[in-house]
This record gives sequence, C-alpha cells and structure tokens, in this order.
Amino acid sequence: MSKIKLNISRCKGCGYCVAECPRKALSFSGHISDKGYDTVQVDESLCIACGSCYRVCPDSVFEILE
Amino acid sequence: MKLKAPESVFSSASFCPGCGHGLASRLIGEVAEELGIQHSLVTVVDVACCSFNIDYWKFDTIMAAHGRDIPTAVGVKHVRPGSSVLAYMGDGAAYSIGMAETIHAALRNDNICVIVINNSVFGMTGGQMAPTTLPGEKTATSPKGKDPTRYGTLSGVELLKHMDIAYLARGELVGSAGMIKAKKLIKSAFQHQLKGDGFSLVELLSPCPTNLNLPPVKARDFVHNEMTKYFPTGVFIDKGGVE
Ligand code: SF4
Ligand code: SF4
Ligand code: SF4
Repeated sequence: MSKIKLNISRCKGCGYCVAECPRKALSFSGHISDKGYDTVQVDESLCIACGSCYRVCPDSVFEILE
Repeated sequence: MKLKAPESVFSSASFCPGCGHGLASRLIGEVAEELGIQHSLVTVVDVACCSFNIDYWKFDTIMAAHGRDIPTAVGVKHVRPGSSVLAYMGDGAAYSIGMAETIHAALRNDNICVIVINNSVFGMTGGQMAPTTLPGEKTATSPKGKDPTRYGTLSGVELLKHMDIAYLARGELVGSAGMIKAKKLIKSAFQHQLKGDGFSLVELLSPCPTNLNLPPVKARDFVHNEMTKYFPTGVFIDKGGVE
C-alpha cells in the first residue's frame, strides 16, 4: 500500500520538502509542470511516512496515507 | 500518522513559491477543523498578499481596507458574538499603517484573534523597507541595507508585552518543528477567544523569497538565522494558561 500521495500539479518547486526529508526520499524530477515549475518526485522505498514534507509544503502537495 | 490538507476549508494557495502565507493559511484551516469552528469562523484579510486567501479559504471572509482588519474583525465580533473571528494580516498592516488599530484593540482587550505574518518587508507592493526590516537588510528602498542610525527596527510583540491581553506569542514558519509549534500557538489563540479571555496576537516569522531576492530555502534560512535574532520566538502572555 502507498504511504504517500502527491498532488503534483500544485507543486511550485520551492524545495522545502527536499531540504526537510530526513530520508532523502524527495528530489527534483526535472519535469517542468504546466505552471513552469521543476516539480518534486518521491522514492517510496525510502519514505518512512514521517509527515515532514506535508508540514513544510506551502502548497499542500502531500498526503500521508498511513 | 495520516495527514491531509484540510480541504473542507482550504483548497490551495496562489502565493509565490515558498511563501509562508501558504503555510500559515493551511495551519489556520487545520486548527479551525480541530476546534470544530470551521462553519462559524469569520476571517478578515488585509488587501495585501494575505488577500489571496479570500479565494482559498472556504470560511466567510471579508477583505478590509489596508491595515483595518482589526477594527473590522472587532465589528464582526460585536454583531456575531457566537462566531470565532480572525484578523489575518502582514506586518505592514499590523505594525505600520494599522499600528493604531492594533494597539487600541489590545488596550480594549477585544475578544478576537490576530495573526500577523512578519516577513520583514512590504511584500505586495514590491519589497520596500518596513518598520520590521532588520538593520542592514537590503530591500527595494534600502539597496545598500537599512541604515540603523536613521531607522529603527520595530518589534510589535515587544510593544504589546506589557498590555493586559489574553495571549501573545511568536513562532516561525520554518521546518517541521517550527510548523508544529506555530500550529500550537494558533490553536491556543483560538482557545482563548472561545473562553472569552480577550485579545490574542500570534506573530509568525515568514519567508518572502520574492522580495528577499533569495531562493526559497535560503529565504527560509534567513528567517530562522537572522530574523529570530531581532524577533525571538516564544509565548509571552498566556492569561490563565491554555497551554
Ligand atoms: S513522509 Fe517523511 S520520509 Fe516520506 S517523503 Fe515525506 S519527509 Fe520524506
Ligand atoms: S514543498 Fe511543496 S511546493 Fe515546495 S517543492 Fe516540495 S512539494 Fe513542491
Ligand atoms: S510577495 Fe512575498 S509575501 Fe507576497 S505572495 Fe510573494 S512571497 Fe508571499
């Protein structure tokens, strides 16, 4: 089961989540969104569902599922 | 722990990338839902950047004239005493154009919550130097840095510290720990209003990457490393102790 869901169209590429993730599960994808931002991607195998990315994201991209 | 943005009250934010307003606005949504006041809460926003929330909060929201959120919120509270009322504004509105309104509402100990987003500049109008700009800080109107021999740096929290109000605190919208603490401060402010204790003000130090001319992560570091030197975080008044 998935631990984390990303509503990626909201991402503005600020990088707060990438800087905050204690497991380095988040990185920039290089994929430029329709709004023109480099958006993030998650490596779920590294994610421990700690919720830090949810807390620091100004654009409510993350949902923690467990 | 399951975590999901409070979408019944908050859809998303249209602020600049990395802006602290998006963080504060979501926290207010979370707190409103947790306290069960989401259907009765009336929010008043200022015309500056915080006004974007008129589209993103699903609360009944009024946009006040610049710097006049607090008297507008006080008026709402008088006619709707059963509703929780929030005045949401920046440091320009609270401590510059609206300073008289802030101080006099505190003097009357009006039973409302005020949340002030302090980002050290006038954000909406292009990042001009503000009373909260730090000594030496470069802004659009202080390109060589704010000259501390000519201009002081104002701490609104310091001014209110000795007043007879219900709650006064300052947090920072930085990092996971900062966000957990900031949420607690917002919740305490609303709990005081629910108890009828009077005036609560929570200042939140907030990154404005656009006007600091910094990438968001560096703007966030500026808030944590530099702004907190002049604007220490903590709880300064907690009458009767809800915390
Ligand atoms: S939940 Fe924690 S571990 Fe997982 S991506 Fe977010 S910050 Fe990283
Ligand atoms: S914190 Fe949110 S908006 Fe910023 S890069 Fe991460 S997902 Fe995108
Ligand atoms: S100008 Fe500054 S305060 Fe206004 S939305 Fe942009 S980052 Fe936020």
